[in-house]
Amino acid sequence: MSVIDVKDLQFGYRSEKVIDDLSFMINRASLVSLIGPNGSGKSTIIKLLSNIYRPWKGKIFLEGQDINSYKRKELARKIALVPQNTIINYEFTVEDIVLMGRYPHKKRFQREDEEDLRIAHRAMEDTNTLHLKDKIVTEISGGERQRVIIAKALAQNPSIILLDEPTAHLDLNHQIEVLNLLRNLNKEKGTTIIIAIHDINLATIYSDEIFMLSSGKIVDKGRPEEVITKGNIEFVYNLEVAIDRNKYTNSLSITPINI
Amino acid sequence: MSKDGIKLKINKKRYGLIILVLSLVLVLSIGFFSVIGTANIRPLDVLRIVLSKMPIINKHIEIEDLPDSYEAIIWTIRLPRVLLGVLVGASLSMAGAAFQGLFKNPMADPYVIGISSGAAFGATIAIVFGINISILNISSISIFAFIGALAAVFLVVNMARFNHKIPTTTLLLSGIATGQFLTAIMSLFMVMNSKDLAKIVYWTMGTLAGKGWKPLVSISIPSIISMVLMNFFVKDLNILLTGEESAQSLGVDVERVKTYILILGTFMVSMSVSISGIIGFVGLIIPHMVRLVLGADHKILLPASALVGGIFMISADLVARTVISPMELPVGIITALFGGPFFLYLLRASRKQA
Repeated sequence: MSVIDVKDLQFGYRSEKVIDDLSFMINRASLVSLIGPNGSGKSTIIKLLSNIYRPWKGKIFLEGQDINSYKRKELARKIALVPQNTIINYEFTVEDIVLMGRYPHKKRFQREDEEDLRIAHRAMEDTNTLHLKDKIVTEISGGERQRVIIAKALAQNPSIILLDEPTAHLDLNHQIEVLNLLRNLNKEKGTTIIIAIHDINLATIYSDEIFMLSSGKIVDKGRPEEVITKGNIEFVYNLEVAIDRNKYTNSLSITPINI
Repeated sequence: MSKDGIKLKINKKRYGLIILVLSLVLVLSIGFFSVIGTANIRPLDVLRIVLSKMPIINKHIEIEDLPDSYEAIIWTIRLPRVLLGVLVGASLSMAGAAFQGLFKNPMADPYVIGISSGAAFGATIAIVFGINISILNISSISIFAFIGALAAVFLVVNMARFNHKIPTTTLLLSGIATGQFLTAIMSLFMVMNSKDLAKIVYWTMGTLAGKGWKPLVSISIPSIISMVLMNFFVKDLNILLTGEESAQSLGVDVERVKTYILILGTFMVSMSVSISGIIGFVGLIIPHMVRLVLGADHKILLPASALVGGIFMISADLVARTVISPMELPVGIITALFGGPFFLYLLRASRKQA
């Protein structure tokens, strides 16, 4: 069952085309990674799916309905975005930030009530940030901040979460923490998760499906074993690699060999 | 804006209390500053004069024993002046607070980014050319101030915009250049028109002196309405501080909200400037002080800035009218004496952060 259906998408910045005739489907409750080199269009796709960019051509269907036919808040109740490297320089508490996720559920003059607070607290529990709730967001670590931003996304109660490089700028332990969290959300709540990510090895471990992008086109897509091949990596990254099966995780792992 | 971590922890439920306390302080300040002045009038007499002007209770207040000059000083000079100060200080501060959030830029202030000069320029055009069309009881001077300010703000913002962002440096440069340019043309017009240099000094440095009730009454309703409307956007302003993409993905209509806030802020500033002239830095100092104590939440930041701005402005005006009494300084000199060094301090702080 597809939850997102993209048809003949075209998009670019100014006159430069970045996404060219892209069509794909995302299955409900799947965890999908977009991988590819810089400029391959990963982030652009994330922004198109969250309706921040308007495509030049083509359509995006969410649950069978054109994404443009949704009202802004209505869409925000279905899709949440975790943008790349969110830095907040203002002195909000963690709880303030997470409560912002309730915005699409409230009318303009409606105050946040007990119910919103309860949902925000559960989102903080799920992301292991509840103990930070009264901390000022400028004073927590990068990994904690990323988890807080994900908590804000959870407070939106979305069925789909889009994440743009959620593990960039994080230490390895925090990368794993964030990805574990996303996998749990995916498995336990059936949240559809789409991640633009650089790290192929991590994508291979966590994803149900990988889309490999190059110059705004999908070169290959499917289960990690199908996509992460010597030929694909060589074609997309212009890099010779060895692919082994990791004896601990039983997932594929790539190692560059022409060094 | 991570400071040293010294900061009151403000519970959301305390917001009402904070506003109440600040309102009380404001009311007391209004009373207090109406009493102080070159002419020495006793507080009780001031109260009697004010009460004698109120409907219903005025029948019970006898002020025959007081000299007529007292009544004139309190009722026609000091009280409208203090109230105008409150309105001007509140408008400038709230606009400053909103602009700083809107541009995500700690240096945004109606004066620094050229809005005040645009308003003063528009007002000057109306004065010099004797234009007289009033809409909804708002004078043509105020209307032209609004048009001038709008033109200035769109010019400045578009010049400062760089890759969909508005960096602090370009905002300051284009704001100051536009402001100075408009102030120069304005001064030129005034020199050619009136040869009255003192008037230009007072207009470009700002003053609350000698306005009386009429201009106060004409701007009070539009100013207060625009301040109330601004508070409709507190949630959006908070979310905008976490980034525009974030805001968009939460369902905020970013472009529309930004336009509304810009227009409302520009409107309240131009109403004030059209009466008081250019008073700088108030919109910079006050929101920063309030933010330092109460945090970044616009739900409290906007109303508290307005109240503190009102108190600050009448305090500055008190200094302006008493420090070389019986002569007067333009109040803009006093605010600039505080604001200039504060501006440099902020610039330094933001440079360190970058």
